[in-house]
Amino acid sequence: MTTETMTAAPISSRIEAGPRGAKPKTLTASRVGIYLFLILAALFFLMPLWVMVVTSLKTMPEIQLRNIFQWPQQITFEPWLKAWDTACTGRDCNGLKPGFLNSVKITVVGTTVSIIIACLNGYALSFWRYKGANVLFGLLVFGAFVPYQVVIYPLIVGFRELGIFGTFPGIILIHTIFGMPILTLLFRNFFAALPPELFKAARVDGAGFWQIFFQIMVPMAVPITIVAVILQVTGIWNDFLFGTVFAGRENMPMTVQLNNIVNTTTGVREYNVHMAATILTAAVPLAVYFISGKWFVRGIAAGAVKG
Amino acid sequence: MAQLATAKEDDAAKAAGRASGRKPFRLSTLMSIVGTTPMILTAVGVFVICILYSFVLSFTNSRIFPAFGAENFVGTDQYARLWSTGRWLVSVNNIWFFGLLSIAANMTAGYLLAVFMDQRIRAEDLFRSIFLYPFAMSLVITGLVWRWILDPNYGIQATVRGLGFEDFRFAPLVSADTAIYGLVVAGIWNGVGVTMAIMLAGLRGVDSEIWKAAKIDGIPTWRTYLFIVLPMMRGAILTAFILQCVGVVRVFDLIVAMTQGGPGIATQMPAVFVIQHITDRSNVGLGMAAATMMLLPVVVLLGLQVFVQWRANQAKGKAS
Amino acid sequence: MKKFTVVAAMATALLGSTAVNAADVEVIHWWTSGGEQAAVSVFAREFDALGEDKWVDTAIAGGENARSATLQRTLGGDPPGAAQFNISRQFEELAEAGLLLDLTPLAEEEGWKDFIRPAAILDVCEFEGKIYCVPVNIHSWQWAWASVPAFEKAGVPLPKNLDEFIAEAPKLQEAGVIPFAIGGEAWQIGGAMGVVMLSQLGKTGHEAIYKDRNLEVAGGPEVLNAIKIFKSLKTFTDEGSANRTWNDTTNLVIQDQAALQIMGDWARGEFAVAGEKPGVDYACIAGPSEEAYLDTGGDIFLFPKQEDAAVEAAQLKMASMMVNPQVQALFNNAKGSLPVRDDVDMSLADDCMKVGLDILKDPNRVIQGAGIYLTQDSIGQMDDLWAEAWANPDMTAEEIQQRFVDIIASAE
Repeated sequence: MTTETMTAAPISSRIEAGPRGAKPKTLTASRVGIYLFLILAALFFLMPLWVMVVTSLKTMPEIQLRNIFQWPQQITFEPWLKAWDTACTGRDCNGLKPGFLNSVKITVVGTTVSIIIACLNGYALSFWRYKGANVLFGLLVFGAFVPYQVVIYPLIVGFRELGIFGTFPGIILIHTIFGMPILTLLFRNFFAALPPELFKAARVDGAGFWQIFFQIMVPMAVPITIVAVILQVTGIWNDFLFGTVFAGRENMPMTVQLNNIVNTTTGVREYNVHMAATILTAAVPLAVYFISGKWFVRGIAAGAVKG
Repeated sequence: MAQLATAKEDDAAKAAGRASGRKPFRLSTLMSIVGTTPMILTAVGVFVICILYSFVLSFTNSRIFPAFGAENFVGTDQYARLWSTGRWLVSVNNIWFFGLLSIAANMTAGYLLAVFMDQRIRAEDLFRSIFLYPFAMSLVITGLVWRWILDPNYGIQATVRGLGFEDFRFAPLVSADTAIYGLVVAGIWNGVGVTMAIMLAGLRGVDSEIWKAAKIDGIPTWRTYLFIVLPMMRGAILTAFILQCVGVVRVFDLIVAMTQGGPGIATQMPAVFVIQHITDRSNVGLGMAAATMMLLPVVVLLGLQVFVQWRANQAKGKAS
Repeated sequence: MKKFTVVAAMATALLGSTAVNAADVEVIHWWTSGGEQAAVSVFAREFDALGEDKWVDTAIAGGENARSATLQRTLGGDPPGAAQFNISRQFEELAEAGLLLDLTPLAEEEGWKDFIRPAAILDVCEFEGKIYCVPVNIHSWQWAWASVPAFEKAGVPLPKNLDEFIAEAPKLQEAGVIPFAIGGEAWQIGGAMGVVMLSQLGKTGHEAIYKDRNLEVAGGPEVLNAIKIFKSLKTFTDEGSANRTWNDTTNLVIQDQAALQIMGDWARGEFAVAGEKPGVDYACIAGPSEEAYLDTGGDIFLFPKQEDAAVEAAQLKMASMMVNPQVQALFNNAKGSLPVRDDVDMSLADDCMKVGLDILKDPNRVIQGAGIYLTQDSIGQMDDLWAEAWANPDMTAEEIQQRFVDIIASAE
């Protein structure tokens, strides 16, 4: 691969080598301190998950005793089955499963489309900056600070005029729009950190805008794309607001069902089912983190954060 | 925000300038515009128009639906009311306090975790996953679980008391003075992993020669991390900072799930104010006035940036 | 059900929809928990049984979310066939914009005005002389739920009003019971304060303030007294009250850890689920006062205008079905709420519900909630005030009252 030889050598080797310095052979006091710190931190992070898991395995009477940290006296998997299969969200008692495929569809298509566009933006902003491009980019980043609910009204009217309100393309477009600021930022910083010789050489060879993009930049952008995928999958998967308004009834994502199970106002609350439902809904982004966490760090290291 | 343009990037731009700028390739510029059409449409068509729309609405007495009739325009009444509403004033104070505290805490904790993770430890993958996973959790449940954990009657306080420490007190959400710290803790739990990952990446992006040089000069490790390496990670810090800022300005779910803005109005935030007024309280005009105020600091920053750049360009133009 | 089907068919025939094709009617509502689900199923089942039309269910948890979705979809040109709303003035703007189906011909045909009681509940749906919504049930806030064992433990009798309760509260505290259970969410505090206020003001005072905006009454001694009661209730709560959900709070009463909670009649469902018996394990105190008043909150459905004539015919059928006496009985028994008409079989009602039904028979003891007279905006300002007053013991009663008067004075 030309990619690796072309990135700055010391950095890429450091990324490949992982942490700094030689692997210590003896267990010194400072090593013990390091592990102690990390383990304490890990306990802090795991505590809520522990509460969620044990609660999801308890029966309601036991939950009402309020020993939130205690392992259940009598383990039940009922809440998990109920959350997935039979919990009622209104009249339909099918649990979380009906929205699952919708969520997968929206997430896959939404992530793909928004990343392609953001990648192209970042590339153009780094190498083909036309007059006013930076102002546009500034406006885009500005958009990241606008609370979603504020721009919903004009967007609804606009989507109605386009005839895509409440449709699958509509929900994809919404996620593309709102994912664009941060993703463009990531790709722009990534491309900007590439050695300029790369681009110059291609220009000398007479390659144009699209040629350079597809033949050189896209293959090189793999690490940052992984970062973008992770952020976007989490964002789209966990979205609830846009799903209820823009997706239309047939495309309702899983979070709508999660919200229905979890968020009842004056009804009875089954906390064990809530917890099971949350863990189930988070399963996809969680899996993405566990599988690609290593690439996440590498991807950012490969360019997005260089100063 | 465009100060994210890093030194390296300017080089690239210059290189691009050398390649394309001097001898204008009209077709390429055209392609660049064509390629970024979605961005142009989004930046102008969505963000600019939507924000102007909200801005105009803030001068009306719209209730449920946007109303633009001549009789709907009420001048700056909504702003006058906004700034005389106690809850809004509390919200503004809170967002600064919460924002500064949680961003500072998040960045510090994130950097600290990254430094420890960078010590050639075992099971790095496992630790990283543990620090990252909360980001995948719904904020509604994050809020609920943290509310339980911080509840004096069955959370940490009750558990520690159960161990025999009868006077132990740890119930931040109970009092109006401390509730906001509870929110900060939950917010950090949710978001620090991403900061850690970015910082860790930044650490590993630092040239190893720096470390060798520092070692030869006999500078202690902690000083190297704090005074030499940290300033070199501008890009990582900025990326993490922007992500944090966006999260803070929009903070909504966490508040609703954990404190509902209480006790009293102690943990109200601007985003909660805006959203409640444009939905349940049926006062779109007031909500949009509040939203406009929320964007003001960003507009000022952005304007400053444009101005500085414009001045720089002017100076450059004169020089050449 | 046969008779009912005939009536419904007649209703549609009379309204002159000749081309009656089967239609899907999408219904947005926020009934998502187990008990609520049973209730909404009654509607769906009965509607589907009427003929070819289908009830298409869209549940979105949280009234705020569901109402927003309805409004936003209406704006987007894709309105649902029917949507749940709370009794409030929120729907007026929709009616004004001509976005709602006018139910007046149906209501006149079926004589809704004759059987829906208390009359106030249909007034809510009226805007400029036309009827735009269907009330389906009555929920009232004015209830206190007491743990009988907790009071026995402290050796005090069950209170009949709030003054008695406050006098006895220290004894409950000594007995190791939380005297007053509440969750510190704004709506719970605001709701409880409304109940305290009504218990002091009575119907005349209540109407003077909210309906007539009488600032003298708002600044008068009854309101001051109510604020003082409210402040002393605060001193009898536990430290875990901040941000506690209403049903976790009810659970404290069920577990006999707390003595009394002020909460609307939906709390009864929690006692029922826990297997508690009214009068033995818990007591419901209407008012809480010897002279109890009930407000007529509850749920309404409105029907956004549709382009398809078949859907419109189905919407009218649905509206008619919702007030049908048999459906009312089935629905309200499942929901645990009170029906909107008298001629309904409520033999399944428990003792607490029967008390409520009795009160509703006397029009003098039925009031309209403040939400009928004031905009959501003003109600929200009041909620903010009560929440602030609750959390901040340094605010004096006089100070609080002054701000209350200001809100009433500026209310639209």
